[in-house]
Amino acid sequence: MDFLVLSHVQKRFGDFVALEDVSLEVHRGEFLCLLGPSGCGKTTLLRIIAGLELQSAGTIVQAGRDISLLPPMERDYGIVFQSYALFPNLSVADNVAYGLVNRKVARAQRAARVAELLALVGLPDSGAKFPGQLSGGQQQRIAIARALATSPALLLLDEPLSALDARVRVRLRGEIRGLQQRLGVTTILVTHDQEEALTMADRIVVMKDGAIEQVGTPSDVYLRPATPFVADFVGKTNLLPAQRAGERRVQVGAQRFECEISATARDGAGLRIFFRPEDVVVRGVHGATPNSAAAVVEKIEFLGAYSRVTFRLNGIDQPLFADLSLNDMAEFHPRPGDTLRVSLPADRLRVFAAA
Amino acid sequence: MSQVAPGHPLSEGPARARRAMRMGVHWTDRVAHGLLILAGLALALFLLAPMAVILAKSVEDRAGEFVGLANFAQYFATPALLRSIWNSVWVSSLVTVLTLPLAFTFAYALTRSGIRWKTLLRNVALVPILAPSLLAAISFIFWFGNQGVLKPLMGEGQIYGAPGIVGSMVFATFPHALMILVTALSLTDARLYEAADSLGTSAARKFFTITVPGAKYGLISAAMVVFTYAISDFGIPKVIGGNFNMLATDIFKLVIGQQDFAKGAVVAIILLVPVAVTYGVDAYVQKRQSALLSARSVPYVPRRSRGFDWAMAVFCWTLALLMLAVLGMAIYASFVKLWPYNFSFSLDHYRLGLIDAGIFGAYLNSLHLAAWCATLGAAFIFATAYLLEKTRGLDAWRPFVRLMAVLPMGVPGMVLGLGYIFFFVPEGNPLHFIYGTMAILVLITVVHYYSSSHLTAVTALKQIDNEFEAVSASLRVPFWRTFFRVTVPVCLPAMLDISRYLFVNAMTTVSAVVFLYSPRTMLASVAIVNLDEAGDIGPAAAMASLIVVTSALVCGLYYFAQAWLDKRTQAWRH
Ligand SMILES: Nc1ncnc2c1ncn2[C@@H]1O[C@H](COP(=O)(O)OP(=O)(O)OP(=O)(O)O)[C@@H](O)[C@H]1O
Ligand SMILES: [Mg+2]
Repeated sequence: MDFLVLSHVQKRFGDFVALEDVSLEVHRGEFLCLLGPSGCGKTTLLRIIAGLELQSAGTIVQAGRDISLLPPMERDYGIVFQSYALFPNLSVADNVAYGLVNRKVARAQRAARVAELLALVGLPDSGAKFPGQLSGGQQQRIAIARALATSPALLLLDEPLSALDARVRVRLRGEIRGLQQRLGVTTILVTHDQEEALTMADRIVVMKDGAIEQVGTPSDVYLRPATPFVADFVGKTNLLPAQRAGERRVQVGAQRFECEISATARDGAGLRIFFRPEDVVVRGVHGATPNSAAAVVEKIEFLGAYSRVTFRLNGIDQPLFADLSLNDMAEFHPRPGDTLRVSLPADRLRVFAAA
Repeated sequence: MSQVAPGHPLSEGPARARRAMRMGVHWTDRVAHGLLILAGLALALFLLAPMAVILAKSVEDRAGEFVGLANFAQYFATPALLRSIWNSVWVSSLVTVLTLPLAFTFAYALTRSGIRWKTLLRNVALVPILAPSLLAAISFIFWFGNQGVLKPLMGEGQIYGAPGIVGSMVFATFPHALMILVTALSLTDARLYEAADSLGTSAARKFFTITVPGAKYGLISAAMVVFTYAISDFGIPKVIGGNFNMLATDIFKLVIGQQDFAKGAVVAIILLVPVAVTYGVDAYVQKRQSALLSARSVPYVPRRSRGFDWAMAVFCWTLALLMLAVLGMAIYASFVKLWPYNFSFSLDHYRLGLIDAGIFGAYLNSLHLAAWCATLGAAFIFATAYLLEKTRGLDAWRPFVRLMAVLPMGVPGMVLGLGYIFFFVPEGNPLHFIYGTMAILVLITVVHYYSSSHLTAVTALKQIDNEFEAVSASLRVPFWRTFFRVTVPVCLPAMLDISRYLFVNAMTTVSAVVFLYSPRTMLASVAIVNLDEAGDIGPAAAMASLIVVTSALVCGLYYFAQAWLDKRTQAWRH
């Protein structure tokens, strides 16, 4: 049985449905990210798991124990809020020891545990300082240390990095992930930053309007999005309206492409096809290459390791994007106005039923 | 048709969905709920019950029989009593109309001009808060009374009656209006003025299109506070009113003089009406104002302008000197041997008039009362506000406790005091034993000044992170540990504010306690009323001076405590 099992969890605020029928299993020791746009109910779900909010319906089982109706004090988790909620009048060491004092841990043992945790989060010498004397990123790590001090089986993090500047954020991603792997603590992190989710998570739960759209590993979610919403929300995407034009063939504007059409998509009236900018191939493409067409280059953005080329295909009145490596750029050196032959490999095209 | 067996998933599904979910309650949460219930019950017992008894008394005759609205009918058929309503209303309106422009100009000078000594001016203007309201009345008698130094200025007129009441009340209400208006004017967004300047708007136009509308809510709020203060005050009309009757003095005469409790209850209810109206308006305005504030507004930095600053300085200093003249006269007179015949310095009023007359104990009682209110009262108010704001559960009970916390603002002290007599004097009440003790004085004073203190506590609590309690629960630390280790230290400045406010008001209040003292628990402020009634105006001035000096000293102590605290906690406060 999985470590944490949510079944048919629902949450209403008056008439407003914040969560509708969320079911989810979290494996022991995994790092799970709840990802979704603002207002989709991520925080609400996290607070329900913590017992800070009561679900309107549904059950939660943690480590085989039904915790659906247990107050926070009787659950087993550590939590870090976006605001960190560090106690300003207590020293860093006292903050970290806050949960230990109550548990009748001997003083010497407590000091050792605090030192251990401060070392763990990479701030071994900050025990005597007050939270206000630390930087945002350091406060963040102290909040994690405090949450971990009592060795909870579950760690909950609500947008812990969103208040930090971009560079610190990227560094802390790696640190939190490393810490989690060393301790093996089951962790649920809420974020609306897809890059954060892709780089940190074992699995990602993509949410929209109070419901789960897809649960999968980062590569699953990125390469095989289950819905157009996921495709669009995670990573850069080309999404085009299309019609069915055969068993394995779709019509997009004046173009036809070969691809697999899933059973669910097949029954829909219209279709949408999806491919990533980096799936567009320019090397070795000629007139006879399947799924190839002449592209007119419109704009080129230099983005460091690659360049994003905006192009149009004949008969499709929507700009499309292709990411070309520096090698491709050096070989084909496209310029706005140029025509370039591109192909969209069949195994990279995904077809959804139109919404 | 097949029956679905109990326990079968089909029978369980809908039943489960229908039953509302209820979170389990941890025993520490039960402690919080228990405390909150106790706090609510205490407020019900010491606020709601006495008020309810007033309502009951107003529809009973002397024998306790139900007589419907007969008492009201009788009241409205008595022209002398009816005149009091009119007197109360027009005097309070006049006080409001006079105080507001003075306080607004003063506040404008403090916030929008480049005059110097602003802190000093502000503190002088706030001095009346430290004194019982009737100190002003006593001073006016020494200045303009029958034997007053400026009596000739009065010509044929008399200070006793409406003129003295209005003058004293303007003095007493001025600081209350000033504080509200200073806050309102400091909130105005400087960007509005910058925009107006870039459009070349004239100074007068800026004043009427930006300043006045910006302070509109502050003005309304100040007007309501001044009006309520004036209509509920008892000390001033009692001392300087002469034969001029107002509602508050009528209650006193009916209850103490004529023992006509039913009629007293009727007047109390009539007095509640205008107060309730102004209170409602104020509550509405406050709500609107908080919506107006934007976190990003830019504070206004006054620019110097010679002519304007001069005019403002002259205005402020004139007013400040007038206020010092009122305050100073009472203190001066307390040291004069025999007014108006022998102006030599003497301590007779203190030595003979207070100590030898056995009245000095009243001063000590007042200190006792103030100390209890400032400690136990402040602690109760803060703890209740904490339980309301930061604990969870018991959702049906919370609105009631919240209402009890803000209701006292709408109850004049005389009315509350009358309710306490009605409720606690009957022998049948198990709490009868507190009647005539210090405890009942502490209770009524804390209840009377509950609302402002409560709002101060709530504001401070709202400023600290809402998730402290959630973090503590996740660490399985009971809430009281976090309360004592984090909430109290973080909110200590606000707690000191509450404590000081209660101390000063306990020293100066008359109206709430005038019905409730016993010979053993006579208070300094009430002693002034009695001395004045007996014609001992010198000792009355001495007692009033003692109160002012004590309040001022205690405020000084609080100031140093605050400064010391700031220094000690500097490391984590920034
Ligand atoms: N106490 C509440 N009362 C009413 N509505 C609420 C309450 N809490 C949350 N909501 C609503 O529920 C929805 C989901 O809120 P939630 O805080 O879970 O969103 P979120 O996914 O965390 O968004 P964000 O990324 O902005 O934090 C929102 O529309 C919010 O307005
Ligand atoms: Mg959120």
